[in-house]
Amino acid sequence: MDWVKALTGNRVWRSIVRHGIRATNRNRVMLVMENVLLHLHPAKVRRRNLELSSTYYLGGLSLTLFAVLVMTGLYLMLYYHPSVPQAYDDMKELQFVVSNGVFLRNMHRWAAHAMVLAVFFHMLRVFYHRAYRPPREFNWVVGVVLLILTLLLSYTGYLLPWDQLSFWAVSVGTNMVKATPVLGPKFRFLLLGGNIVGENALLRFYVLHCALLPLALVLGIAIHLWRVRKDGGVRGSAGRARAAERRNGRVQP
Amino acid sequence: MSEVERDTNRPPGSRAASRSGRDEETRAQEWMTRRRFCQAAGLSACAVAAGGTAALSAEFLNPRVLFEPSTRFTVGPHEAIAVGSVLTDAEHRVFVLRLHDGFRALSSVCTHLGCVTRYQPDEKCIFCPCHGSRFALDGEVLAGPAPRPLHWLQMALSERGEIVVDTAVEVRPGTGFRP
Repeated sequence: MDWVKALTGNRVWRSIVRHGIRATNRNRVMLVMENVLLHLHPAKVRRRNLELSSTYYLGGLSLTLFAVLVMTGLYLMLYYHPSVPQAYDDMKELQFVVSNGVFLRNMHRWAAHAMVLAVFFHMLRVFYHRAYRPPREFNWVVGVVLLILTLLLSYTGYLLPWDQLSFWAVSVGTNMVKATPVLGPKFRFLLLGGNIVGENALLRFYVLHCALLPLALVLGIAIHLWRVRKDGGVRGSAGRARAAERRNGRVQP
Repeated sequence: MSEVERDTNRPPGSRAASRSGRDEETRAQEWMTRRRFCQAAGLSACAVAAGGTAALSAEFLNPRVLFEPSTRFTVGPHEAIAVGSVLTDAEHRVFVLRLHDGFRALSSVCTHLGCVTRYQPDEKCIFCPCHGSRFALDGEVLAGPAPRPLHWLQMALSERGEIVVDTAVEVRPGTGFRP
């Protein structure tokens, strides 16, 4: 492996990666601690927690789907203008003219559906494993905020194709907002930027969908992952944990 | 756990030392361990996915239909343009001149940094307001930082006898047009 040595032995590499590449315990810890992308992770994880039945990887799946949505969304933004009636024409152009446009658009759509499902099942898993109990009760609340943000992202993205389905979905949805006592009508007015689902509403939903909500979600995910680590890692099923400890001859506290 | 299995979990550095006394046969069997195979398969899958993403992106980023204005436009009937006049088309960034030897179309985009030049009737020259370049009416640079003469553009006569200019097609400097 001379090329590995040549690649990792030079000064440029060492200025970026301070630790060596030898698979010692210390280097493994340093790899996680010194990497801005990995440092939210714990440096060590219990083997039991990596098993499928501990988490069903639902949080990781949600995060991966979010990454897919960000990438495909950025691509779609290159051909989309949030104005009336250009938005509808752009959506049709993506489907019928742009190379791979229909593939990326469908990928964005299906990943969005899948993310809602993954987040929902993630919540169920945490509930049935009793992983919301102290010291993890705050992270449950953060998770609920993330679920709401996911649903809001789905909803705001719904208007952007500017077809009949999206127009009426947002008409109905914002009328539901209006039914809220006292604040409802004003909140609907602010959400739509007017009284009708028109040009202003499209632009506001676009800004929410492409800037505000994704930023909020990224921040929430960072807090969520950080708290998972600070609360002692993921908590799989309690029954499996007890069984494992019995096998190891330790007593459940 | 057998001796062989445990060995694959050790760091590469210590492996060589611990195995110096082994015979060739064992080493040949362990050339492709399960871990190595999985690593190779995973990395290959990532490489295929990255290649596919790159190809898809390159296709996607190239627009197949452009909604840009046409580079070809009509100036007007050639009889209507008097000899010695200089018409400025600000929208298409073109000067259309009719001199004694015929018509010519000059791009009004400065060859320095792309500003739009102006015709100065008093001095009979073309002037760039950005950095002060001056051009003669045949496009030649008289003064200023412009490195090249103004581009001469292709002219044609439409079926209705109107002069048509195409800003996308350049012609050799001095190529005038006589309808």
